[in-house]
Amino acid sequence: MTATYIARSSAIASRVLGGETMVMSVADSTFFTLNEVASAIWQAADGVTPLDEIVARHVCPEFDVTPEDAWTDANEFVRELSTHGILLVSDQPFAPATPEAR
Amino acid sequence: MSLLHEMNEKALTYGVPLSVHIDVTYRCNERCGHCYLDHDDHGEMTTVEIKKILDQLAAAGTFFLTLSGGEVFLRRDFLELVAYARKLLFNVKVKTNAVMIREFEAQELRRLGVEQVQISIYSHRAEVHDGITRLPGSLAKSIRAIRFLKEQRIKVTIANVLMKDNFEDYKGTQALAAELGVHYTLDPTVTPKMDGDRSVLGLRVLGDSLPTVFHDESLVGDVAAYCAPPPAPGEDILDGYPCSAGHTSCYITPYAEVFPCVQFPIVCGNLREEKFEDVWRNAPQFHEVRGIRARDLTTCSGCGHVGTCSRCPGLAYMEGDMRGPSTADCEKSFYRTGIPSENMRRLGLSAPLPAGLVQIASAPA
Repeated sequence: MTATYIARSSAIASRVLGGETMVMSVADSTFFTLNEVASAIWQAADGVTPLDEIVARHVCPEFDVTPEDAWTDANEFVRELSTHGILLVSDQPFAPATPEAR
Repeated sequence: MSLLHEMNEKALTYGVPLSVHIDVTYRCNERCGHCYLDHDDHGEMTTVEIKKILDQLAAAGTFFLTLSGGEVFLRRDFLELVAYARKLLFNVKVKTNAVMIREFEAQELRRLGVEQVQISIYSHRAEVHDGITRLPGSLAKSIRAIRFLKEQRIKVTIANVLMKDNFEDYKGTQALAAELGVHYTLDPTVTPKMDGDRSVLGLRVLGDSLPTVFHDESLVGDVAAYCAPPPAPGEDILDGYPCSAGHTSCYITPYAEVFPCVQFPIVCGNLREEKFEDVWRNAPQFHEVRGIRARDLTTCSGCGHVGTCSRCPGLAYMEGDMRGPSTADCEKSFYRTGIPSENMRRLGLSAPLPAGLVQIASAPA
């Protein structure tokens, strides 16, 4: 299976509030709130860690979900955010220097 | 309930300053007669001081950051400050007269990821706009800047303060905004100067002209709903907060003072002496503001408009009592609905007195 790498776009504003993450696209002002699972993936989206490793390391042990369910949810989440340009997706690792997560 | 509203509710629950407005300077290249600021530098914050405050705001959970002035581009470090704010992932809005924005500045604002730029335009006619700003050529320069920003696909809003001098031009300014492809907002609020000088209130548009604006569908949308008599306020309204100032938002001056809002000049602390979190959590002034519910308002709690009025606690404070009415908003509620406010009834008025002459502080309680 080809690895998937995800990185946060630099064209976003983001902040954690009460366990959820607010994310706004500065390009089109689309506003999202990410629940705790999605927030965990978002925080770990460093562009160099494969998505399956993020799910295995940050989602399955923390949120009591099966690997299959976690993988399905993660893919859906990644697809939705990438549609809005908020999350960048590639089959190759990204160069460093994506914004710090907060 | 929208996502943004949900996050506001959450910020209120957790006591998070979700929105912060920083004036990075009071210096300005325009001299608008209605401006509430002086234009001198009494020792504004350095680049390092502002960056430290931005660090503290990010840690406190602030998401929406408005950078304003004065004219922000009079600070040579302004783009450096924007870059730093964006690195901290704030949603950044810039308020400017745009006179100094050329192609390079527009490109930089785009590259840095500024979400929105709000530009003050008072008329589509240079003789009126430049007459208000007292800067010849300012309208042409501001319009040129809007075009540069639009080329960069930055969201731009034209903000027009409605006054006697430009009342006849608000539709023309709205048409200019449409022609430029930008948003348009109109606000008839002229506030006293920060030092308490109320002479600028004479510039306010006369109240009996306001119905024209309030019945303009292109500005307010559904006129019937907007101008409808207010529903009787329920317990939820009376238990509610008058506005977000001090609850989920605050204002920081170029001298590091913290106020509940730019229109609410009660100093809650100074960030040259204290950390933001300490001021936000512990300042007695913030506690006092946060303790006020609609039912605590001396006159407004008994007013039918209490649930729908745009009452500003800062303007009320400048009139002498943060729990009292803000006259300009009583006037707006009256001219919007035709129903006198409780404040007007107590004063025995069927219509507001001319702007600047109403003395609410001396009214019987």
